[in-house]
Order: sequence, then structure tokens, then C-alpha cells
Amino acid sequence: MTATAATARQRAIAAPAARNPWAIAARRLWRNRIAMAALVLFGLIVAVSLAAPLYAHDIAHVNPFVNNLNGTTVVNGHTVPIMQQGGGVLKLGENPIGPTWDIQHYFLGADNLGRDVATRLLYGGRSSLEIGIGSALICCVIATVVALIAGFFGGVTDALLSRLMDLIWAFPVYLLAISISTVLLTRANGMQLGPLHLVAGSLWLPTLIIAFIYVPYVYRPVRGQVLSVVNREYVEAAIAQGASNLRLIFSEILPNVVSVVIVLFPLMIATNILTESALSFLSIGVQPPSASWGTIISDGQQLLYTRPWVSLAPGIMIVLTVLSLNVLGDGVRDALDPRAKVRGRVTAGQAAAVGGPGQFSTASVPDVPEVPDR
Amino acid sequence: MRFRWAIAITAGTIVALAACSSAKTAGPSSPATNHAVSGGTFTILANSSFGVADPAQNYTLQEWQLLIDTHDGLVAFQRVGGVPGTKLVPDLAASLPVPTNGGKTYTFQIRRGIKFSNGQVLKPSDFLTTFERQFTVPGPTTFYSGLIGASACSTKHCDLSKGVVADDANYTLTLNLTTPDPELLDQLALPFAFAVPSGTSMKLTGNTVPPGTGPYKWQSYNPNAQAVLVRNPYFHVWNAAAQPPGYPNQIIEKYGLQVSEEVTEVENGQANEVWDGDQIPSDRLAELNSAKFANQVHVNALTADWYFALNTKRPPFNNVLARQAINYAANRAAYVKIAGGPSLAVPTCQILPPQFPAYTPYCPYTAGTDHTTWTGPDLTKARQLVQQSGTAGTKVVVNGTNDEVGKSLVAQMVADLDAIGYKASSQLLTMSIQYPFIQNSSNAGKWNVAWSAWYQDYPAPSDFLNVLLGCDTIHPNSDASPNIAEYCSPSVQSQIDQARTLGQTNTTAADQLWTKVDHADTDAAPWVDLYNPKQIDLLSSNVHGYQWNPQWYILIDQLWLS
Repeated sequence: MTATAATARQRAIAAPAARNPWAIAARRLWRNRIAMAALVLFGLIVAVSLAAPLYAHDIAHVNPFVNNLNGTTVVNGHTVPIMQQGGGVLKLGENPIGPTWDIQHYFLGADNLGRDVATRLLYGGRSSLEIGIGSALICCVIATVVALIAGFFGGVTDALLSRLMDLIWAFPVYLLAISISTVLLTRANGMQLGPLHLVAGSLWLPTLIIAFIYVPYVYRPVRGQVLSVVNREYVEAAIAQGASNLRLIFSEILPNVVSVVIVLFPLMIATNILTESALSFLSIGVQPPSASWGTIISDGQQLLYTRPWVSLAPGIMIVLTVLSLNVLGDGVRDALDPRAKVRGRVTAGQAAAVGGPGQFSTASVPDVPEVPDR
Repeated sequence: MRFRWAIAITAGTIVALAACSSAKTAGPSSPATNHAVSGGTFTILANSSFGVADPAQNYTLQEWQLLIDTHDGLVAFQRVGGVPGTKLVPDLAASLPVPTNGGKTYTFQIRRGIKFSNGQVLKPSDFLTTFERQFTVPGPTTFYSGLIGASACSTKHCDLSKGVVADDANYTLTLNLTTPDPELLDQLALPFAFAVPSGTSMKLTGNTVPPGTGPYKWQSYNPNAQAVLVRNPYFHVWNAAAQPPGYPNQIIEKYGLQVSEEVTEVENGQANEVWDGDQIPSDRLAELNSAKFANQVHVNALTADWYFALNTKRPPFNNVLARQAINYAANRAAYVKIAGGPSLAVPTCQILPPQFPAYTPYCPYTAGTDHTTWTGPDLTKARQLVQQSGTAGTKVVVNGTNDEVGKSLVAQMVADLDAIGYKASSQLLTMSIQYPFIQNSSNAGKWNVAWSAWYQDYPAPSDFLNVLLGCDTIHPNSDASPNIAEYCSPSVQSQIDQARTLGQTNTTAADQLWTKVDHADTDAAPWVDLYNPKQIDLLSSNVHGYQWNPQWYILIDQLWLS
């Protein structure tokens, strides 16, 4: 390649960087059809979940939080009991009604307490999404603040905060969550945490627990990014101009590490939804009679042979939600840092041919590590 | 005994229990036929093991069903199915003694010529070791705490030489009590009192079971894999009513499968029994209703209660009107459905289970005017009582276990409480934590309603009325305080004491008094009694000779294989 050609290419690449980088990223994301499909799917799931009360009150006419063991419903015009006694000589067991595929009458059947599975699925989606999004938000905010402090001040502060994160990280995630949940669930009058009053059935409980246990996961890459930014020329320039620490952190460093947090955010939602499902499955997440996808799967455990849809339906919803968020997260990363995509494809020699690393943006997004199965 | 935590015992009682309870309606048992044959390996599948195997500590039906085949006590419940299975017969003792010294001394003549499975000859002094181990090995020592010297025993040292007097020359054993105990013989038939050789470690033997005198001996026990029982070469029959010879050559109990997998293996003939304590998942019950398995499924009523204890030390249920209100509101038909329907549970309002000594039907908390049988909730009456008690709107925490059935029961109780104006929420704990948690009075401020279940240790009314609701069984700050409701009525306790005294001389009069205690406790409503459960035994098609004993449930060694 000639020097002229290389310069022209660098100009061509550098040209869009002169415009608003967020607009460029948004355009890149818009052009990513797979990511947009994932976004639409996720939006649909959110919309359907938000419509849960509408479905319960105006279509199915059921209360999904109240047992209906002695209730009836309509199947093919006939009134039938929701719980049906076993047949044969012994008449052992009481089985809930299966899917009717009638949107007005127990579309997906009933669970072992006679409650409408379809309605609980929608309400469960609200809980799972609220916890997933809420805990991801809290987790990212806390982790970012701690990472900014650790990375900016360095030295003893960094060492102390990093060891604290190591300490939390060293605990098996689910064991830690189970321990915290068990202690909090058995507190007589709940617990006051700042403005929040946490009681056993509160969604805040799993939200905060999940947020807490994943702080180190977000902290690490953000801190790494802070360390790479803190000595950049523009930060030194701001110091030379007499900027305060607060201004340096929030005006100079934060904008240049926020892309890492943005990439991690949808992935954290997905991870947190899975964690919430696992905790609820173990009965230490969302508490009855509230529903989440995890609790519904747990409810269906005893019905796998005869009423598999009780467990299958929330399982499918979890898969679709997590899949859409992971694909969306990848899309956001590609949009914010196209280099990451290139890094995955090109060899070192090819990378050198396109100008080497560090040419496209001031804030490169590191590859997001997988959440280890602990 | 608490069934699901300590998984249970049983026992039974009772008159006509089995006769009325076999859902196959074939009576308590279908005794071994003339074609019964010895031999083969009988395989039981259990979801998990029974923990530590030392008989001085283990308090589970799961091990007790095996221990009765490997060990013997002074006396035994007759080893047959049905009503006769509740009768006490002499075992290592030559006869049942008549107490002397005002009911405080029992003298047993011990049989000669009996050997342990290690070849050691049984002597009366072996019982001194047996009883002293009750106190040096951590375990439920209350059964024999009336022996002279027991109060000074600890896990480090125990000297019962005055309470358990062994004469090896004349083969007699004398038990001296501090106070009369009309239920001592029942308690001596429990595996805690099964003889082990003198010289057995006074410390916990862990997974090693000391030698016994029964027709089988423990070849191995690995709680992560299996227990294996083989024939004891030194066994001979001395009283077939107490310890008959068994049919299988080997009994194996395997651990680790999910119950659903156990069902499949037994249906396919790959194993012989799903252990009775493993609750068969509700979605597998449908297939068991088919004619194909009609001869392999047996259902029996148990002398047990499933109930919610009401915390009588804390509002709102320190108010008797509030306690009665939730008893009126409880939709017992719904709880029965959760238990698997009318064929697997019978609704109840009272403490004593049906067909138990001193039981007479009593149910004041029902719709309608017949106060002997529960027919439906009375929400109007319940709401009226809540208003009278002034407790409407109170927050109530319902504690339970986080397994499927536990969650469902708690959800129904929350619904019942909400229906009469309380603001109920659930508190679910794992099975192993929940029972000690609710027993310990230091946690009493954390719950208002707590699920529990009780299965009799032996057929005596005191095992329910005194153990679970007596003033003496409240042990503050202890994880072993079976009076969970912390209910203590001095007047009722006085009746309990009278009944226990009367029981030494006049059983009929004592039972009449126990009946009054049962009804008085029911009126005071320290519990919401839900139902009396039934139990399913699933056997493979090549198993014969099924017998159901009210005390030990299925008699494993009396089954034979074709």
C-alpha cells in the first residue's frame, strides 16, 4: 500500500469519528438486522408482560395469585373442575386441567393450585424482567462508581476495593445468594435498607441480592477501562487546568468508560434473569403467591409427566428473553466498538494492514468475559 | 415423631386401622401364602439415606424398618400386619413384666442362648450398655430419662447402675424409675432400646451399626450408595410373634434416585419397592390408578397429623378467638386436594388421629351442625370471630417448607388468612432448616403460623397430646421443642397428668380423660389441623406377602419374591 493510499484510508475512517459517536453507534446498531430483530423480540416480551393485568381482568377473568383448587372452567362448552381426581380403582391424585388452547379459559392449563398458567406466565414475566433490569441497573451503577474510585485514586484505595470485590467474587454465586436470602427471609419485620423496607415477599429482595453478587463481574472490566483512560492526554490536560477530582471522574473519565457499561448492561439483564429464575426455582427468590418464570418452572416440577406446559412455557420465555438480550448485547458492542468484531476475524497481520489497534475510537470496548458457572 | 424431617415413624395403633385403611380394600395385609419361599435379594429404592446409622441416635422410620430385622429389644410390637401389630409381646425378655413398687420397677427375665451377629452371647448386662449409650450418644434421650441415674448422665459420662440392674448369673434385668411411667413398655419396643453388646463404643458409631440379634445383620452402609443386610448365621427363632425369620436372603436399600425414577424402576421390575417415605410425584399417580398396577399398589391410613401450629405467644394468635377464626376459615378440602385428593388424605379438626386410642370424632370448626365431621369452611363465623378479637388487618407470616407440597400448603393458608381479613405472607425454608427453626423459641417472633406434621412414635394418646401440646415439652431456645405453638394450659396439663397416672391402673378411664384433653385442646385451637394422611406402597409385580403393620408400616423381611 502506498503512503497516499494509507492516508486516504485513514481519513475515510477518521471522518465519521468527527461526528457524534453515539449517533454513529446507533446507526451501526440500526443496520445490524439480527440485533434489531432481537430488540423487537425483547420489546414484544416486555409489552406482553406489561399487559398481564389486562389479560387477567378482561380476557381470562382470573386472579392468578389466588388458589382455585375447588374452581371450574369451560372446555368445549362444558363446565369442568379445574382439579380432576384420578380415575381407576384407587382414584389416587388430583391433576390440574391441561391446556385448553382457548385464550379465555385456561389457555395453558392450571398449575397444582388451580391457578391459570398463562396469566401467571405474563405476571411472572413482569417480575423476572423487573428483577433482571432493576438488578442490572443497580449492579452497573454501583460497579461503575466503585471502579471509577478504584481506578482513579489507585494505590491503597484500589487495592482495598479490588480485594473486597475479590472477596465477593470468591463466594459461589448461588450459595452466597441462598445464604443472604435465607437470613433476610426469616427476619421478623423485614429489614430497613435506606428508604427501602424489605419484607419477605418484596421483589426488592432478589433484586438487591442479585445486584450485589454481580458487582465484581461488572467492576473488573470497568476498572480496567478506567485505568487505561486515567493517564490519557485529555485527562492530564484537565488536571493542568485545575479540574477537581469529581469533575475529572465524571466529566473526563466516565464518558469514556460508559460504553463498556452499556455493552454489559443487556448481558447483565440476561444473566440476572437466569439467576433470578434459579433462585426462585429454589424458592429463595420471588415468594409465593407472586410469580416469576423461575417459580412457575418450580411449580411445574411435580407435573412434568402429565402437564409439561406448566414448566415448558416459562422455560421457553426465559430462553427467548436471554437469547434476545445476548444477541442485542453483541450488537451493541459491535456498534460501539466495531474493532471488537474485526478483532475476532482478522489475523494480527491483517490488523496491522488496517492501521493497528487504537485507530477507531478513544474508548475501545474490551471483550466481555463469560459469567463463569459457579 | 416428625415424619418428613426425621422421616417418620409410625406406629400404630390401632384398632382396625389397617382393616379400614388399605385402599386396595384388601385389609391390612395379604399375608404370606403357603407358597412363600425364602431367598433372593429384596431391593428398596430411596431418594436419600437416613443419615447416621447408630441406633442410639437415629430417629427415622427409614432405618427403623431395617433395624427391626437386625436387632431386638426386651419387648416388641407383634410382627404381623393389621391390628394385632400394635400388641406388645415379649422379645428378648421371656415374658411381659408386671410393674411393682408403685409402677416404678420392672423386672425382666432374659432369654438364654441368644447370640449377637458377631457370635457374642446376649447377657442382661448388655442392656446397661444399651441404655447408657442413650445418654452418651447425642440423641433423643427423653424416652428413658425416667431411669434412676439418668438425670446425672451427660454425653461424657453416664452411670445407670441403679436404674438398670443386670444380674448375669440369674439372667434378670431390673429397670428402676424415678416416677411411674405407664408407657415404658411401648418405649422399650422402640429401636433406641434394642440390645447391643457390652463393649460397644459409648460414643457415636457413625455409619457402623453395632451387632444385633435379629435374623439379619448389617453387612455395609454407605449413606451415599446403599445399605446391605444379609442373614445373621447365629439367629434362631425364639418367639416368632416378636422376631420371625425373614424370607429374602439379602435386603438392599439403594440411595440417590429421584422418586419418579424409583417409580419407573419398580414398575419395570428392576427393583422391588419405592421406599414408603418417598412421596410419589402427583403426575405419576395417574398411571398407578391403572388396572395394570392394581395388585402392586397399597394405600394405608396413617396415625398422623398434618397441621399448622399457631404461635400463641404473639398477636394475633395469642387470642383464642383469632385462633378459632382461622380454624373455621381453613378450607380443608383444598388441603386434601394438595395432599393428592380424598384417597390420600382425610380432613380433620382435632389432635388425635382416627382409630387411635381415646379418639372420638370431634370437629367444632365446620359449616353445618354436625360437629363430628368437617364438611366445609364457615367464613361468616370466621370473619365474625376476627372482628370480635379485634385483630383484623394484622400482618401474619406463614412459615413452611419450600418443597412442592410445602409451598402449596402455605399458599392455601395465606389465601385462607387473607379471606378473613389478615394480611398474610409466606416464609419458605428448606426442610432441614424449617423444623429446628420453628421449634426454637428464639425464632418465635419471626412467624405466626408454621406448618408441621407428626407421626406417632407408639400408640399412646400422650404421644400427641402431651408431647406436642404439653407444658413440659416447651424447651426455650432449643431446636428440640416439639410444642411449636408454645401452648400451655395449666388446667389441661393437670388433666394430662391425671390421665398418665390413671393409665397405670385403669386404661379405659384414662382414655376417657385423654378424650377430654383432645377436645379441650381442639377447642383452644393452638393448631389448624388439616388432615390425616395416607401412604402409598408401590411394589414390583414379583413381590408377595405384603403386610402393613401400624407401627412399622411395610414389613420388609416378611415379603417374598417369585
